[in-house]
Amino acid sequence: MSTPFLSVRDLTVDFHTEDGVVHAVDGLSFDVEKGTTLGIVGESGSGKSVTNLAVLGLHNPETAKISGEIRLDGEELIGAPRSTMERLRGNKVAMIFQDPLTSLSPYHTIGRQIGEVFRRHTGASRAASRDRAIEMLTRVGIPQPKVRVDDYPHQFSGGMRQRAMIAMALVCDPDLLIADEPTTALDVTVQAQILDLLRDLQEQTGTAIIMITHDLGVVSGTAHEVLVMYAGRAVERGTVREVLGEPRHPYTWGLLASMPRLSAPVDVPLLPVRGTPPSLINVPPGCPFHPRCDYTDLAGPELCRGERPELSPHRGHGDACYLTLAQKQEITR
Amino acid sequence: MKETGPAETGTGSAAGRAAEPLLELSGLEKHFPVMGGFVFRRQVGRVHAVDGIDLTVHAGQTLGLVGESGCGKSTTGRLVARLLEPTAGAIRYGGRDIAHASRRELKPIRSEIQMIFQDPYSSLNPRHTVGGIVRGPMEVNGIDPPGGRDRRVRELLEIVGLNPEHYNRFPHEFSGGQRQRIGVARALALNPKLIVADEPVSALDVSIQAQVVNLLQELQRELGIAFLFIAHDLAVVRHFSQRVAVMYLGKIVEVADRDSLYRRPRHPYTHALLSAVPEVETDPAVESRERIRLAGDVPSPIDPPSGCRFRTRCWKAQDKCAAEEPPLVRLAGNREGHLTACHFPEAPTVHGEDVVLDPALA
Repeated sequence: MSTPFLSVRDLTVDFHTEDGVVHAVDGLSFDVEKGTTLGIVGESGSGKSVTNLAVLGLHNPETAKISGEIRLDGEELIGAPRSTMERLRGNKVAMIFQDPLTSLSPYHTIGRQIGEVFRRHTGASRAASRDRAIEMLTRVGIPQPKVRVDDYPHQFSGGMRQRAMIAMALVCDPDLLIADEPTTALDVTVQAQILDLLRDLQEQTGTAIIMITHDLGVVSGTAHEVLVMYAGRAVERGTVREVLGEPRHPYTWGLLASMPRLSAPVDVPLLPVRGTPPSLINVPPGCPFHPRCDYTDLAGPELCRGERPELSPHRGHGDACYLTLAQKQEITR
Repeated sequence: MKETGPAETGTGSAAGRAAEPLLELSGLEKHFPVMGGFVFRRQVGRVHAVDGIDLTVHAGQTLGLVGESGCGKSTTGRLVARLLEPTAGAIRYGGRDIAHASRRELKPIRSEIQMIFQDPYSSLNPRHTVGGIVRGPMEVNGIDPPGGRDRRVRELLEIVGLNPEHYNRFPHEFSGGQRQRIGVARALALNPKLIVADEPVSALDVSIQAQVVNLLQELQRELGIAFLFIAHDLAVVRHFSQRVAVMYLGKIVEVADRDSLYRRPRHPYTHALLSAVPEVETDPAVESRERIRLAGDVPSPIDPPSGCRFRTRCWKAQDKCAAEEPPLVRLAGNREGHLTACHFPEAPTVHGEDVVLDPALA
């Protein structure tokens, strides 16, 4: 097997705070291949955004302690000098943030903000970068791009701002696009437009995408592979069909059962996961999910509370749980 | 009951339902002024936030109100709780019109209509203890429950699934889901008959969202509280509402009982909304789910389109849609109480299977 385009190994990110050390990401490994989308699913505080800020090198080195390995196209990013990260960011890796209003500058025109990235990385002239901005706005489906390029962000609607953000992220044809909850702030009909756009752009350019979301429905429609995160760790990994169709980890079961669905019978009550996610300062020993899990007795309470389960098997559909495969199949049947 | 559009007579009236509705909105409007001009500020336009809607909520039942941002659903909620005064129209609560009632007249009703807000972080005072927050409504309204207010507060905390011992804690010591439970306890403090819940679970994580939805459902079953449940998430609304109304740009475009709306939507907008919901689909056989992609965004409510407001994004729009506003009526082939405002409605389909249409409609 060739080496994956992005490979993350044993990533840990700790923040030192007054209250103690926050273990935001704790021993996370995953790969992303070119032209595919990895969906990272988890609830707030599961470490999905922190992971991706680490890939982009956007953590403050004074407060965040990062260790492990992040290899982008063979290049090690952890501990890389600032100049390396600046060369890669925007050029090879780009990011789309959740809230397009706060991530665009209100004082500069849309065209200038898109063009600036292009100028910086290619040294193009102002006129050339303006043309490039118009080209990008056309690609993301903004009507009248030649006029709208001189608009300010407040003149755009929410959906158009997110399109402009996507245009800005893609202006240098990055090989990896990180989308952090790109549609959470949008209405459903606009969300559908943006997800279609990302899919089309990926088909055209072959960009790898990491799609961070809390919505399993979004993952189901856009991702090829899925990583389910809980308390800074991966609890399940596999293709979309494997993880959503034959889920193996009790937390994934919980997420699926607590989600209201249009296709499910109405009278079936939602089955929420009991309790609340743990504090990342004081993560439970063993499996971090065990205090909320209904199957600890079946798997062996000492086991669940004792040592931390690792993702197994190492390749393909894996999950971090002490239940045997036969037990899981029995439960999900 | 007045659920039909003003232009039509009686076609869709759900006459014969025994009980008098708890809440009845008719022709309700709320316009906000837009000020402009230099030195001399004057009104330059109006935001048509809610523009003539008719709705009914029955005691002990839930009416779900769905729509995208800016459609006026939250304004409707605030009008019902009389946090805003309507520009026109009537709000009949328990048979009395409270649309323009004075503070004094509203006082006895205030305790019966309560609200739950979306953001559990900004709707609780960070300097008050949980006990103080839940006791607040009783103090304001001078209510002394038997056994004392403190006992009632503990009881309420227990009802919503919080530890009564946490009486003296502050909101920041609780997680988002627990905070929303505090908001629910506060709304329950005065034994309300109607709760206006404005996106009560949107800010919560999926696993916590289900806990709160189940809690609200349980409360409704046990205490017989009616809900006006405002949300943008169609799947959550479906789970919690007996009747559902779809709003677009200040107007109701479709209203029906749950099964009828989700299984046989007739308005193109309802269709588009339903098909845009991202669903977990693992069965390859179902993957050919119909997909409608609306172009563009919702137009500005300051200057809404003429005729049917959805026509600028509708794939079926014709000249008639711009000229004439479609009335909210019961269409042929629809169940009683299923009202749609559209000149060219979609065919009523059940599970992708065509139903014989009234020839007059085709």
